[in-house]
Amino acid sequence: MDFICNFPFFSIMISMFSGIVSAVLSRKAAKWLNLISIWVIWFLSAVLLYYIFGTGEIIVYKMGHFPAPWGNEIRAGLLEAGLALFFCSIMLLSMTGGRKKLMGEVVEEKHNLYYILVDLMLASLLALIYTNDLFTAYVFVEINTISACGLIMIRQNGRTIEAAVRYMIMSLLGSGLLLMGICMLYDITGHLLMSNIRDAVSSIYSAGTYPVPLTVTIILLTCGLAMKSALFPFHTWVADAYGYSTVSSAAILSSLVSKGYIILLIKIIYRVIGFEVYRASHIIDVVFVFGLAGMIMGSISAIRENDIRRMIAYSSVAQIGYIYMGIGLGTRYAMIASIFHILSHAATKSMLFIGAIGLTDVSKGSRHFEELTGSGYRHKIAGITFAVGSLSMVGIPLFSGFISKLLFAQAAVLNTRKMLPALIVLAISTILNAIYFMKTVIRIYTPTEEEGERITMKQEKVYALTCICFIALNIFIGMCSQPIVDWIGAGIDMFA
Amino acid sequence: MGPNLWANFGEAVSMILFCIGFANLLLHKNLIKKIIGLNIMDSSIYLFLALKGYIAGHTVPIVVDGVQSVDAYINPIPSGLVLTGIVVSVSVTALMLSLTIRLYRRYQTLDLDEISKRLKKEGL
Repeated sequence: MDFICNFPFFSIMISMFSGIVSAVLSRKAAKWLNLISIWVIWFLSAVLLYYIFGTGEIIVYKMGHFPAPWGNEIRAGLLEAGLALFFCSIMLLSMTGGRKKLMGEVVEEKHNLYYILVDLMLASLLALIYTNDLFTAYVFVEINTISACGLIMIRQNGRTIEAAVRYMIMSLLGSGLLLMGICMLYDITGHLLMSNIRDAVSSIYSAGTYPVPLTVTIILLTCGLAMKSALFPFHTWVADAYGYSTVSSAAILSSLVSKGYIILLIKIIYRVIGFEVYRASHIIDVVFVFGLAGMIMGSISAIRENDIRRMIAYSSVAQIGYIYMGIGLGTRYAMIASIFHILSHAATKSMLFIGAIGLTDVSKGSRHFEELTGSGYRHKIAGITFAVGSLSMVGIPLFSGFISKLLFAQAAVLNTRKMLPALIVLAISTILNAIYFMKTVIRIYTPTEEEGERITMKQEKVYALTCICFIALNIFIGMCSQPIVDWIGAGIDMFA
Repeated sequence: MGPNLWANFGEAVSMILFCIGFANLLLHKNLIKKIIGLNIMDSSIYLFLALKGYIAGHTVPIVVDGVQSVDAYINPIPSGLVLTGIVVSVSVTALMLSLTIRLYRRYQTLDLDEISKRLKKEGL
């Protein structure tokens, strides 16, 4: 059906225009517009996914009807449509889960701005997923950065502004490198569309004409996107940015924004550089080593932390390390594991943030561990949500985190050269995860004499519903992993 | 190396500028100097792009006197990319400057480390 080809474009434009329109709407109207537009995009992506599943064809949409080497293209395969659907779901859950907190923490005049930023964020994420043009990808990376910065500093205090500045600095360094990489790639290939660049790169590679510029380009692209997605040595902004912003922002930033860049990197690996060329360059080993370092160092920082939100933030660094470790293993199977971990981490991390906010609410707003003692009894659903998230992060069977760890381990076994370090670090990192997450879970379920404020499910129906959805999503990913793995595999094959 | 470097003199300059800007943005404590570094870095990329689009002896890609031959004009795409890049970098610079103003109003200093130190003291 021809009409369905428009859906990716519609998804991007709906969320972008609802952002623009929100500027002149009242607070309530902006909220509803945001909700409706995310639902509409969710629905469009679902239809698109169903259609591509049925027909197995890749949708290529020519922007402005200029043919391939000149025009701009949007391209949707199985993976793209599914990721758009998944990102919309997480966005929806994060927004509803943190809405009450948003009312309390952000000045009322600024709620409009918040919805504008969220819409722009979704638009840029969708564009990063769907675009087939490298320069468009760069522009949307910058839009993503700007809206992420806004999401961090919408709650105004010294901490968040400082976090936003640090985030911007790291991000701008990353996008500078990315832009330089794209320019050099344009210079040696003469194209901006991903498919054309790949053809040119493979002919350059087989002719062996520009070995040094090609390697430098790969380094620049990888390094730029790694910096933006908070891989280990570039993670300094993470704790402040996720720890002090309002909870919806923290959930969106940790589970979607950094993942958007990783998706772009995976697209670049498959669709721009070519998997074989990328693997032949030794950058992949460097990515592997930094991924391993991130897995350990992120967890160690999390153990030393005494603040629940900052602890979850540092745990993100460790999980990003897992994803890069999977990319660094350099096999198709490891890449599937990485993409699966993107899904599982996005579902789990936003859930942990939403759960943690319920726990701090019943502990006089304090986020320190001493005050959180017994909060699992005072706010039952938040306690359960946090516990489920922790179990999933540690990798207990039944939950999503287990499957991704299993996939990583299987992928590591298949790669003889990198098997030993990958498995050892995986084991150590799992133990470290268990230390800090179980410590927290035990803490929130330690009974205290102290009678604090209690919140029941009936008092916060929306919040409770969000939590239940999160738990269901997590168990769904954990239980129905095989279809998801098959889908990711088919999606990766469609990249080629 | 020698003649090659001379032929790509402009590219070499733009790479050096890129490194200067990158180091400035990464290492300086002062926020304004960081933003200056950002601008140097971005400008160096535009210089690189402009050089890549330029073909010696060709003119600006605007059709005059009905000349439509490809050999008459330089490559217009890098110029378009530079324009887009400038728009992006202007908006990012504006955002950074506004953040800097906010931090300065709050803490009366532009030193990022100093600000972090005070935030720790506040213990927020």
